[in-house]
Amino acid sequence: MIETTLDIQAIRKDFPILQREVNGQPLVYLDNAATSQTPQQVIDTIVDYYQGYNANIHRGVHTLSQEATDAYEVARQKIQKHFNIVHSHEVIFTSGTTQSINLVATGFTSFLKEGDEILVSAMEHHSNIVPWQMLCERTGAVLKVIPMNLEGELVMEEYQSLLSERTKLVFCNHVSNALGTINPIEEIIEAAHKVGAAVLIDGAQAAAHIKADLQALDVDFYTVSAHKVCGPTGVGMLYGKEEWLKKLPPYQGGGEMIAEVTFEKTTYADLPHKFEAGTPNICGGIAFGAALDYMNSIGFDAIAQYEDELMQYATEQLLAIDGLKIYGTAAHKTSVISFNIEGVHPYDIGTIVDKLGIAVRTGHHCAQPIMDFYQIPGTVRASFSFYNTKEEVDKLVEGVVRARNMLL
Amino acid sequence: MTIKEIQEEIIDEFSMFDDWMQRYEYMIELGKSLPLIAEQYKTDDNLIKGCQSKVWVHAELDGDKLVFTADSDAIITKGIIAILVRAFSNQKPQDIIDADVEFIDEIGLKEHLSPTRANGLVSMIKQLKLYAVAYQTQLK
Repeated sequence: MIETTLDIQAIRKDFPILQREVNGQPLVYLDNAATSQTPQQVIDTIVDYYQGYNANIHRGVHTLSQEATDAYEVARQKIQKHFNIVHSHEVIFTSGTTQSINLVATGFTSFLKEGDEILVSAMEHHSNIVPWQMLCERTGAVLKVIPMNLEGELVMEEYQSLLSERTKLVFCNHVSNALGTINPIEEIIEAAHKVGAAVLIDGAQAAAHIKADLQALDVDFYTVSAHKVCGPTGVGMLYGKEEWLKKLPPYQGGGEMIAEVTFEKTTYADLPHKFEAGTPNICGGIAFGAALDYMNSIGFDAIAQYEDELMQYATEQLLAIDGLKIYGTAAHKTSVISFNIEGVHPYDIGTIVDKLGIAVRTGHHCAQPIMDFYQIPGTVRASFSFYNTKEEVDKLVEGVVRARNMLL
Repeated sequence: MTIKEIQEEIIDEFSMFDDWMQRYEYMIELGKSLPLIAEQYKTDDNLIKGCQSKVWVHAELDGDKLVFTADSDAIITKGIIAILVRAFSNQKPQDIIDADVEFIDEIGLKEHLSPTRANGLVSMIKQLKLYAVAYQTQLK
């Protein structure tokens, strides 16, 4: 038995999708790093919005519009409180982490010049590589890579030696989506600030497992997608320090983000609206707040403790399979196990276990540089959430053994 | 045999299986027995886009018939391409162009494969037909 204060069976009842079958088998959902499932409480919030107060926000004087505006702004405050952010206007609603990163990368175009350097970690998701490469193309800045070791940990000595007065920006994920490594972001942020560089931390993978205190971290930018924390897809947040958000130019022009418009000149609205052109994903934003409420009602300490034990158990069980190798064995990691079986393509394993109702991810996990580093085409990735059980881990292990026997 | 006759033969073989396990085990067997493509043809130019695993297909004329060889780094994918090679190889380009591919549905492949894999299957068929079009032009 895994010891936990959580009532996992009661929690599972909150998630209607976990009751369904896939290919005639009870669903075993182990693709939580790609997207988390949605509890009834969040689904109800979405339904309530469309049934009760669907209206456009910030403009209307009518009651529905005011109710929707209030709910949207309350959600912003929930996010502010959750991440211990100083001002609610430092929370920018976006469509998700990818847009959050693009907003910053685009905004930095006017701050960089040829010869400036920006540092990226070797274990980034493509969404935290490509926007910066595009920024380098626009500005002539140089992209440098903080290397990692075979365990999947950043080599911090190398990082320190890459930092210089030329470094303007450092970006890194809090947790690697492909390996599960928890990166030492406190150290990364502190060292970058010593040379005057700004830091963006991609919290997409971390947010479901770690409640980040953004004031304590003193980070300049932090990004989150709602769908990784039991919320809906298509909405997320960019946190930016007020001083940075004031300096950054608007990302998109449109309604909502203006103070005054004439054909000669437009002045922009104050934060956060300057970055929120057009009608936002109102319902999504409100549901994002509800999702954080839900997760906080369970408690992040209890979640982290339970998920760690689940991952330890799964690691032990999987390693007992002949020829199985785990990629990403960092001392600090969370809820992700990336693996291969010698002589078997990860895609074949994924296909067979799907027939057994088990959802895992196969492929490069949008992190091709990591796969190149290990010289593999991809991995099978099982990623865990607080609603997964030890019995589900056993089914995964049985499924992988069965696949191995069929394929070899 | 004509393409149609081969397809019916494949449908017959697959109709013997009761469940997905047997179906997949058979595909894996087919994959393992697929004649290997010559290493020189496993080039990026011969890679089919749209598959999560790598699939190489090479085509060359033998008289007035088109011969396909193929390989994949994933064994189930290799089984699928083996079925396609069996159905379309050693046929006249025009017959390959005209052939319908409904047998894929009938042997339960399409419904049993994940969306990305199904796309890969579509890409594979498209690539075989594109080769046939190219060689048909050459024959003329």
